[in-house]
Amino acid sequence: MFENFVVPDLMPAAPELFLAFMALAILLIDVFVKDSRRTLTFVLSQLALIGCAAIQFATSTGEITYTFSNMFVDDLMSDLLKIFLYMTVIVVLFYSRAYISDREAMNKGEYYVLALFATLGMMVMISANHFLTIYIGLELLSLSLYAMVAMNRDSVVSTEAAMKYFVLGALASGLLLYGMSMIYGATGTLEITAIAEQLYGGGANKTVLIFGLVFLVAGLAFKLGVVPFHMWIPDVYHGAPTSVTLLIGSAPKLAAFAITMRLLVNGLITLAQDWQAMLIILSVLSMAIGNLAAIAQTNLKRMLAYSAISHMGFMLLGIVTGVVGGDARYALNAYSSAMFYVVAYVLTSLGTFGIILLMSRAGFEADSLDDYKGLNKRSPWFAGVMLMLMFSMAGVPFFVGFFAKFSVLQAVVAAGYMWLAIVAVLFSLIGAFYYLRVVKIMYFDAPVDETPLQACGSMKAVLSVNGIAVALFGLMPQTLMSLCAYALLRSL
Amino acid sequence: MDFQTFVFFALSAILVFAGLRVITARNPVHAALYLILAFFTCGGVWALLQAEFLAIAIILVYVGAVMVLFLFVVMMLDINMDRIRQGFWNYLPLGAVLGLLMVMEMGLVLGSKYFQVPAADALVPAGVSNTKAIGELMFTDYVYPFELASIVLLVGMIAAIVLTHRGPRPSKNTNPNQQVFVKAKDRIRVLQMPVEKD
Repeated sequence: MFENFVVPDLMPAAPELFLAFMALAILLIDVFVKDSRRTLTFVLSQLALIGCAAIQFATSTGEITYTFSNMFVDDLMSDLLKIFLYMTVIVVLFYSRAYISDREAMNKGEYYVLALFATLGMMVMISANHFLTIYIGLELLSLSLYAMVAMNRDSVVSTEAAMKYFVLGALASGLLLYGMSMIYGATGTLEITAIAEQLYGGGANKTVLIFGLVFLVAGLAFKLGVVPFHMWIPDVYHGAPTSVTLLIGSAPKLAAFAITMRLLVNGLITLAQDWQAMLIILSVLSMAIGNLAAIAQTNLKRMLAYSAISHMGFMLLGIVTGVVGGDARYALNAYSSAMFYVVAYVLTSLGTFGIILLMSRAGFEADSLDDYKGLNKRSPWFAGVMLMLMFSMAGVPFFVGFFAKFSVLQAVVAAGYMWLAIVAVLFSLIGAFYYLRVVKIMYFDAPVDETPLQACGSMKAVLSVNGIAVALFGLMPQTLMSLCAYALLRSL
Repeated sequence: MDFQTFVFFALSAILVFAGLRVITARNPVHAALYLILAFFTCGGVWALLQAEFLAIAIILVYVGAVMVLFLFVVMMLDINMDRIRQGFWNYLPLGAVLGLLMVMEMGLVLGSKYFQVPAADALVPAGVSNTKAIGELMFTDYVYPFELASIVLLVGMIAAIVLTHRGPRPSKNTNPNQQVFVKAKDRIRVLQMPVEKD
């Protein structure tokens, strides 16, 4: 019956298998751990992620390998993104530790288990070479996140945020699936590389393809959170417990970048002209509405939500400018600048939400801008770290955010979209206002709250390293930049 | 129009009607019942397409298990439909205009002569079992998404427990064993109190 069946090569998927095994084991072990002794669960989760990173290093061949009947692809781009993913989640768990142990409803082992399953979902998305795996990875990620947002179940704001996230997430999945089914109808396959071959040969009905593409891009835009599909971002960032906002605002951006690359660049590159036009509209609208609406916010989490929208819009510029009019000379440059942008954004947003978590304590959320008044008097060092993070977000020279913006703009200009570059710079200038306002509040306003910061030493250490990394990668962006370029060179 | 086409259109009409009633019925129990009708008719359409395994699965799993559970939940919850429908008429004009616009646009594209895919040859050769083919594929080519789907279900379970379970509640029943072996000093507690003077 199974005479043609060959057992798939498990080595490329070793990190996924390890993480799935560890998450299940931690779920079982945690049942026997008392609430007061959650440290064991925390340490095991961190070890699982470090183990994944080690396995990733050990099994990476640098070649493009397909396994599980071509549903899974392991290339250098996925290896690099997954390593960044593990590091991000490790830092997220570090920052969340004190926050969740202060809050009884969230101090559960399931918090860590769900975070690990969300990570598994993102890994599946990063390595997907099939519409089905992209979709299942996305659902695994989203389902874990919905539950984590709602975990603080006695808070009305969190429950409302979870409900909105869930309903809009389901709608987005529906759009994505509808688009995928149309493309399946036109090409007769769900495998991304096979779709690319089919389209290259011509023969697929173009009307059906573009009809599907519209829904596919709309679904992706929902997941990336770009205008006009951004409605959920501010409410979810604001309503979710800050430690969950930190997770939502960082690691999934890496996975969203990966599926955008897989679907649009690996799969539908022959339709580049069509999706480029759509992405340009999404990108310009996101930069405009994200930056303008952020100015009006008094809540830091909400402000960062709008900032996330504008950053994702900026990142899309890098994907737009890859292939212009069939000319792929600058493709590598453009895609690697987009990847560099995402990594730099994730690094910076980790630190920013880390500062919010550092300032929060039991029964107090430091999410209003007023809570940061006079931070310099209370803790000069962390005011300095926040200053670096804000400067990096705004794109002030010699921080990592500046080089991220710079390399994307370079790609935009090289592709000949001069007006797009000017628009992007203008909106970044407007955006600089609200980042600098945070700096002004920290340094020039009198403190309202004089209580010294009471975070534990390890969190302070990790946060300091995070801040220094933002400055250090700004001084030598070349290492990270060439790493991204090399990974993409070996993968495209 | 041959018989099969006739059956297809009849089933489709019932399906669309049932789907509309799910979202327009005033009584949530009726909505759930219409959803059952929709699933059942959907099973009929699939059977018509010779996908007999899927047809049986949707009736067994969705109609038999999921929807019955759903009905119980709907009956137990006290849903006030008037509060849910608050603001319905305010939002209706804008929503209806946008919805109609989208339906018209999609209709124009889907109905145009350019929108066509080659009719797939869906005829199943004799002696090939649909169920067997699905089973084979699921455990060979599709084993990776199949295993992942099981993890998605597990996450759903964990989420449901995390969001609803509030820890064990100590029960109030008495233990006869302890009652029998009770001693006098367990019943009376002698307290030493300081003498109060005023």
